[in-house]
Amino acid sequence: MIGRKPWVPWLWMSPALLLLSVYLVYPVLDTLRRSLLDRRSDSWVGLDNYRFIIENPRPLVGDTHSALLNNLLWLVLFPLIAVPVGLILAVLTSRVRYEAVAKSAVFIPMAVSFVAAAVIWRFMYEFNPNIGTLNALVQEIGGDRTAWLQNPNAPYIWLTERGPDSLPGPLQLNNFSIVVVAVWMWTGFTLVVLSAGLKSISTEVLEAARVDGANEWQIFRRIIIPILSPTIVVVTTTLVIQSLKIFDLVWVMTGGRFETDVVATLFFKQAFVVRDFGVGAALAVVLLLAVVPVMVISIRRFQFQEEIR
Amino acid sequence: MATVYRPEPAVATEQRTPGHILKRILERLPLHLVLIGMILLWSLPTVALLISSFREPQAIASPGWWTSLEQGWHFTTSNYEQVLEARGMGRAFVNSLLITVPATILVLLFAAMAAYAVAWMDFPFRNALFLLMVALLVVPLQMTLIPVLRLYNQLAIDVTVPIIGGRLFGTSSYLGIWLAHAAYGMPFAIYLLRNFFGSLPRDLFESAYLDGASDTRVFFRIVLPLSMPALAALAIFQFLWVWNDLLVALILLGDPNLAPMTLRITNLVSSFGSQYQLLTAAAFISMVVPLIIFFALQRYFVQGILAGAVKG
Repeated sequence: MIGRKPWVPWLWMSPALLLLSVYLVYPVLDTLRRSLLDRRSDSWVGLDNYRFIIENPRPLVGDTHSALLNNLLWLVLFPLIAVPVGLILAVLTSRVRYEAVAKSAVFIPMAVSFVAAAVIWRFMYEFNPNIGTLNALVQEIGGDRTAWLQNPNAPYIWLTERGPDSLPGPLQLNNFSIVVVAVWMWTGFTLVVLSAGLKSISTEVLEAARVDGANEWQIFRRIIIPILSPTIVVVTTTLVIQSLKIFDLVWVMTGGRFETDVVATLFFKQAFVVRDFGVGAALAVVLLLAVVPVMVISIRRFQFQEEIR
Repeated sequence: MATVYRPEPAVATEQRTPGHILKRILERLPLHLVLIGMILLWSLPTVALLISSFREPQAIASPGWWTSLEQGWHFTTSNYEQVLEARGMGRAFVNSLLITVPATILVLLFAAMAAYAVAWMDFPFRNALFLLMVALLVVPLQMTLIPVLRLYNQLAIDVTVPIIGGRLFGTSSYLGIWLAHAAYGMPFAIYLLRNFFGSLPRDLFESAYLDGASDTRVFFRIVLPLSMPALAALAIFQFLWVWNDLLVALILLGDPNLAPMTLRITNLVSSFGSQYQLLTAAAFISMVVPLIIFFALQRYFVQGILAGAVKG
């Protein structure tokens, strides 16, 4: 509008800016400050809280090393399963008539709350084979039942031939059990996005390749994947941010017990259970610092898209 | 893999002999087996929950839920009746609605206003401000809770609100949780709507402004009606997020009478950890609304995901 007063845009943005400042900007600044103060936020301790995270002096109360390693496992494993499964499903569903039904079945868990998902999967993982579906299946095929969520070690039978009956750090069975639930909930997202990308590939390109004698694997590997790669990056970025911030699922499945804590759950415990606001705040800052580079990359790409718009 | 990816033959119409049809079905068999297997795998946990929630309390602990299909029809709705009446789940359902609906409306209105300003008004640092607002997506929600909680304790207004209950502001107040949810949903909402508003044709705005239309008029008469798909997608997202939220309610709602369904079910889990018949019924009740919304508005839901993910 010509001759709009300079304060008019700010008036329109004021409710949003006010909410964002109070509920997001101020808490971030406050947390940064508290991460340099002691457990009651009374006196200045420099970087002691960050040293606490690195040195891990009280592993029984809050094992910072285990939490960092678990988060790393989430970061790698969650996108590594959910993205390829979504991609394969996108390709497969595009070839059948019941595409919509298949997609809905995979997508439904996205609409379910973490709390409901936790009830559903506790039911699957229940130790009692008369209740737990998985243990009933395992027993049916002749294996030993396992406490999927409590047992940090792999089932005995899987490892007897390889020596030690335990896996190192983050490669615990119960971590995998929770990642599986996350994959169950989020593959619908990767499927829908990748499937939309797939639809945008012109059929002429694919037909031309087939006429030239390319087999379906070559088409998948040399045409579909390269064309979809920007979409794959977007989906992976989203899941990476999700896995860095993962909290709810771990919290409702195990409460972070049995060495399944991630940084976000450990932060929550330090702040609300141990009541050490200094270490809690430092953990939150570590988490934020880990997410920022991912976000910077996303924003760079957004700016690039703006320029070509 | 090659058999799985076998394409529709380009000359299929000329090959409709029984032999070819049989060959084609056999070739595509692995594809169907894989896909149907995946569908079953993905549905199994939910189906297990659904069947269990209709089983009799004494039956649930003995043989697994899968045997109930062989044993004939012994289903009951008593678990649902018990959960809805005795465990206060009815009130929790109403609370969930009371929290979710206003929080969704607030985020839609405020984000649309901000997105309109960012998309169609000129002011210094416009893009930088937009990127800053979107960048707040990285803030982990748990990080904000302690400062907000302290703020609420200082600013609490201890006046009981008539009809819906709770305090006027602070912890245990509906207004407090509405504003918190609106703020947490804001970065994504502004991002989605700004992208959509920005793609509306420029001529539309220029002619409206030339005709002397005010910003308010343009906003309500042009921007909002044309943006219904984006607004619908956003509304669904925000509704589901708030409906499914546990953490914010856990920290900011002290009064158990205001607790939404997610909070009530979590308490059920800790106090009746082994009474699966009640847990499963409660979990399914909490899923009903999201599933109805999902099936009714699936198209918008998918559009919303695509607008948020692919354009970014």
